[in-house]
Amino acid sequence: MLIIKNLKAEINGKAILKGISLEVKAGEIHAIMGPNGSGKSTLAAVLAGRELVTVTEGSVTYFGKNLLEMPPEERSKEGIFLGFQYPIEIPGVSMVNFMKTAVNEHRKYKGLEPLSASDFLKMMREKKELVEIDSKLANRSVNEGFSGGEKKKNEIFQMAMLEPRLAILDETDSGLDIDALRIVANGVNKLKRPDSSAIVITHYQRLLDFIIPDVVHVLYDGRIVKTAGKELALELEEKGYDWIKKEVDKKDLA
Amino acid sequence: MNNPSERSERYYNLYKENIKRISERSSPYFNSFREAAIDEFNKLGIPTKKNESYRYTNLDTFFNHEYKSYFMPSASDFKKAEEFRCDVTDLDAHGIVLMNGFYPTIKDKMRKLPGGIWIGSMNEAADKFGDQIRKHYNKYINGNSDGLVHLNTAMASDGVFIYIPEGVVLTKPIQIINLVQSDEDIFNQHRSLIVAEKNSDVTVIVCDHTLSPNKFLTNGITEIYVGENAHFEIIRVQNEHNNAGKITHTFMHQERNSYASSNNITLHGGLVRNSTYHFLGGEGAECKSLGLFLADKWQHVDNFVNVDHAFPKCTSNQLFKGVLDDMATGAFNGRIYVHKDAQGTVAYQKNNNILLTDDAKMDTKPQLEIYADDVKCSHGATVGQLNDDALFYLQSRGIEKREARLMLMFGFAHEVIQNIKVEALRDRMDKLVMQRLKGELSRCAFCMVKCG
Repeated sequence: MLIIKNLKAEINGKAILKGISLEVKAGEIHAIMGPNGSGKSTLAAVLAGRELVTVTEGSVTYFGKNLLEMPPEERSKEGIFLGFQYPIEIPGVSMVNFMKTAVNEHRKYKGLEPLSASDFLKMMREKKELVEIDSKLANRSVNEGFSGGEKKKNEIFQMAMLEPRLAILDETDSGLDIDALRIVANGVNKLKRPDSSAIVITHYQRLLDFIIPDVVHVLYDGRIVKTAGKELALELEEKGYDWIKKEVDKKDLA
Repeated sequence: MNNPSERSERYYNLYKENIKRISERSSPYFNSFREAAIDEFNKLGIPTKKNESYRYTNLDTFFNHEYKSYFMPSASDFKKAEEFRCDVTDLDAHGIVLMNGFYPTIKDKMRKLPGGIWIGSMNEAADKFGDQIRKHYNKYINGNSDGLVHLNTAMASDGVFIYIPEGVVLTKPIQIINLVQSDEDIFNQHRSLIVAEKNSDVTVIVCDHTLSPNKFLTNGITEIYVGENAHFEIIRVQNEHNNAGKITHTFMHQERNSYASSNNITLHGGLVRNSTYHFLGGEGAECKSLGLFLADKWQHVDNFVNVDHAFPKCTSNQLFKGVLDDMATGAFNGRIYVHKDAQGTVAYQKNNNILLTDDAKMDTKPQLEIYADDVKCSHGATVGQLNDDALFYLQSRGIEKREARLMLMFGFAHEVIQNIKVEALRDRMDKLVMQRLKGELSRCAFCMVKCG
């Protein structure tokens, strides 16, 4: 599904990603962990098409297509979804109008007719239940005045509406209490289809108690320094990141 | 080119040559103010950029122009006003149509609406509502430093009068459609008065449209009295062509515990200057001053607001927003004046602007003068581009950049529009704003106005 080869990227001339290679197959859940500043969010931004990040080397292939050539909206319509670490507040744009526009853009891309108003509202209702989101939120402006937990639930709600093939969740767990975390994780699990995949970026292991990964990667200083099964997450939880940092730094010296 | 004093003198001469004609057509009471007003005008002149409150607005091209007509339309012109229909569907309103700011025909045309509300020409009201006219006409302008206010008092021959008696609650809004049309270039000055008595509740919508491509200049005053505990809203929708200059002065005088709001929505216009004066003249009064403008090409839109907190425990809220494209320019000047005794004042001001090009320009100036100590006051102004983070957020959900930009601009504008209480009008304004942002003509479907 997604093949990343030797990806290097910089922001304002500063190298952040220093050669990342990674393959995500259909149906897999990958967790990307790592200390702060290791490049996790930059990787997510590159995959979603943020212009702020400049790719200097390497390639990203998504279902055989060159992902880096696509504008962000096309990536979305091709099935990539980014759950934002810090969802943006957009005053004056209602959730309903936002989602209706997005869903119908996706439908148009697939050659489908736009949803009727009643079908759309029905779809909203169903998906809202899935993430236990307050129905009043849908009538408000996008993320405006939402609490931290509501914003994160709203990301999962949008994911439910757009039914992505590859979901990239950027620190969806940060700032959530245990109840909200459970709701968010349940949402992700319920939305998982046998052929859809996810990249879960997280700092802590606790989200991975709820969303069980097939593969865990550790990102450090712009590189993937360790890849293993789900047990790696537990080890990191126990020992922290220092032992990995040491291991890497030792290798660099040698 | 005329120098400023010559320019002002030209208008003084115009007054001298025509005062007889003006006086013959208007009520003696209005005439009694003309001489003092022209004296005041001679002192102040037509504002130039040297006047602090006109620092960012150049009136030259409009005031140096020779107009063919400076006075009221003829009876035949009023016919067109009578034929006009508005297509704001679902807007169930009590409608009246004005021609160049004047109420059609002078005599015996006053209309009575449910609850005993009266609408008519100022001159007819001077006979029928003499007490009201004497109580309120020219009473809320005191010491204004804008020469154009006094030029209006000196020369305006008529306008609209609306009287809302005590306790009358009107669920339908009153819609005033002002058509600006002439076969020649004209300079219009009209003068209106709205009296909303104690405990009344009314919404007034004023829509300005230009119907012919001639050069127009309007210098209009509306005085509004909002009685104790009354609720009054005025929404002004300005939709005029690039060759039209529009200068409005609105004076709102509020009594205790009243609520009043003014909303200036400028969709289109060559040069627009709206001065809105709020006088909170009794304890517990509350006002909202709102404005939205969308300007492109060489358009210029200037909003000047003055909020006077003269009594304790009053609340005011200013929100003005502008979207400027091409070479458009804009100005916002928001003044809050809190008198010494006005303890417990709450006063907010916000001015946000989006510049879509490098050539567009916006000047914004808050002005706070606070002489009381128990005051909650805040102001904030921004001039910037569309938010890149928000743009990316929308795009990342599959929305194309062009559409995403439109959504953001629309959302920006909607923050002002959402304050309109009348739902049909709010929806229509949303639609007009969207059309305008898309670069389509923002005119009502059946309207013959060709803006832009």
